[in-house]
Amino acid sequence: MSDDDVLLQVDGVCKNFGEIRACDNVSFELWPGEVLGIVGESGSGKTTLLNCLAGRTEPDSGLISYTNRRGEASDIFAMFEPERRMLARTDWGFVHQNPRDGLRLDITAGGNIGERLMMVGARHYGNIRGEAETWMNRVELELGRIDSLPRTFSGGMQQRLQIARNLVSGPRLIFMDEPTGGLDVSVQARLLDLLRELVRELNVAVVIVTHDLAVARLLSDRLMVMRHGAVVESGLTDQVLDDPQHAYSQLLVSSILQV
Amino acid sequence: MSARKRKTRHDDGETGYNFAYLDEQTKRMIRRCILKAVAVPGYQVPFGSREMPLPYGWGTGGIQVTASIIGRNDMLKVIDQGSDDTTNAVSIRAFFAKTADVATTEETSKASVIQTRHRIPERKLRADQILVYQVPIPEPLRFLEPRETECRKVHAYSEYGVMQVKLYEDIARYGRITTAYAYPVRVDDRYIMDPSPIPKFDNPKMDNSPALQLFGAGREKRIYAIPPYTTVHSLDFEDHPFDVETWDEPCGLCGATDSFLDEIILDDQGGRMFACSDSNFCTARRADGHTGQFAEDPIEESRKGEPAHV
Repeated sequence: MSDDDVLLQVDGVCKNFGEIRACDNVSFELWPGEVLGIVGESGSGKTTLLNCLAGRTEPDSGLISYTNRRGEASDIFAMFEPERRMLARTDWGFVHQNPRDGLRLDITAGGNIGERLMMVGARHYGNIRGEAETWMNRVELELGRIDSLPRTFSGGMQQRLQIARNLVSGPRLIFMDEPTGGLDVSVQARLLDLLRELVRELNVAVVIVTHDLAVARLLSDRLMVMRHGAVVESGLTDQVLDDPQHAYSQLLVSSILQV
Repeated sequence: MSARKRKTRHDDGETGYNFAYLDEQTKRMIRRCILKAVAVPGYQVPFGSREMPLPYGWGTGGIQVTASIIGRNDMLKVIDQGSDDTTNAVSIRAFFAKTADVATTEETSKASVIQTRHRIPERKLRADQILVYQVPIPEPLRFLEPRETECRKVHAYSEYGVMQVKLYEDIARYGRITTAYAYPVRVDDRYIMDPSPIPKFDNPKMDNSPALQLFGAGREKRIYAIPPYTTVHSLDFEDHPFDVETWDEPCGLCGATDSFLDEIILDDQGGRMFACSDSNFCTARRADGHTGQFAEDPIEESRKGEPAHV
């Protein structure tokens, strides 16, 4: 496919939980290699939207269409489940806020990284191991920890391991749900730095959900501000943050603590 | 067998039990499940497991399968860990001798139905024999994926990479695949199956076996099967191929070098011997004149060879 094709086309996505409108008519397009930030307060529907995009929650209405490597666009909820699951573990990645949700805790770091490779048929131990070592290096984890269990890792290391586990299959689209959520500030900075580097280097598109505007500013090209399930403002990150138009965006920007 | 000549008790309704304990409706239900299992090799078919007069884990699944397929003219053999004379084997054999009045044997070649726990007989099985396994945990993914719904999807969509992760872990931690029993296999290039806790030594015997192999899990309510002449492939890595256990010593009783050996402690001086776990195989070899180092008297022999063991 060429870079002219939209990677993800989202059109009028709605999702209700009973009376609660978690996603209200959300539409946008995501292009290959683009980083889209979704910001908003807790309960504004960011995570629900992300889950819909990643095929984990089916929306009540609306269309989510993904263009695969062959340039064919298809509705992710119209395709067969095995196809969607295949996409989810090859073309896509999902980085959870809590790395314990995204890792196998009783499997060593190497096994965690190698899982996606084995899922698509890798059956050579040496090669899998080699690939795992490469990725340990790339996310700045000590090679000596390759046979350690993730539960012996610090929060920041677990998060980096989760990222490596997702990137090993060479995905084109990564969903991130507050990737820096539970980390202290210095670890956050290092992780963001790493993420920015990897994302640019691999030219992977990212949808990143965060309530931290600094994270959004650092990583994303484009920003969507959500409130009560609806997108109230969207545009280039710098534009939205430097000149917010909507009253809620203005409130959000003005609430950043100045140190 | 003397039991055969005795008047069958179920015929005159003295005990109130149906032939082979289970009622006919239940047997039909189980047979339908067996047919489905044979039609889809390696697929776990749910069945309405019945309460049996022994606890779960003692072979309730295997007994129900045997009860559904056994006929008056069958010859039954029951083994537990390869042996005909352990508690479990003796009890189940007695159970069928009593409730179905079938002939029983210890000789592998004479049996038409063999119920087993933990082993496949050493002697090659024939097309007119059926091997029934007792299975404690039928789901090979159980310890990797706790959600049953997810397990079913993994089977349905053949997403079996996670099984490989388990073997990867073995090599990463111990340098080789250390899974020694219940070694996962792929049946007919489709379903991944737990062959019940048989040693991996027995895995190659399942491949292309002329005998029908049925697996019954009573507590988990699953039946699965390997039809005759079906490919059974033990999972492995290209650079860590599947292999079976080997021993440095031959069987102490019959001198066999090609059978699965149990280690037996002889005294508190470090004396030990290895002997075939398949008791019938070992007995037959000794009857043919093969002898091992401990053939006469294991304990005496171990004392003679003392320095080697102390």
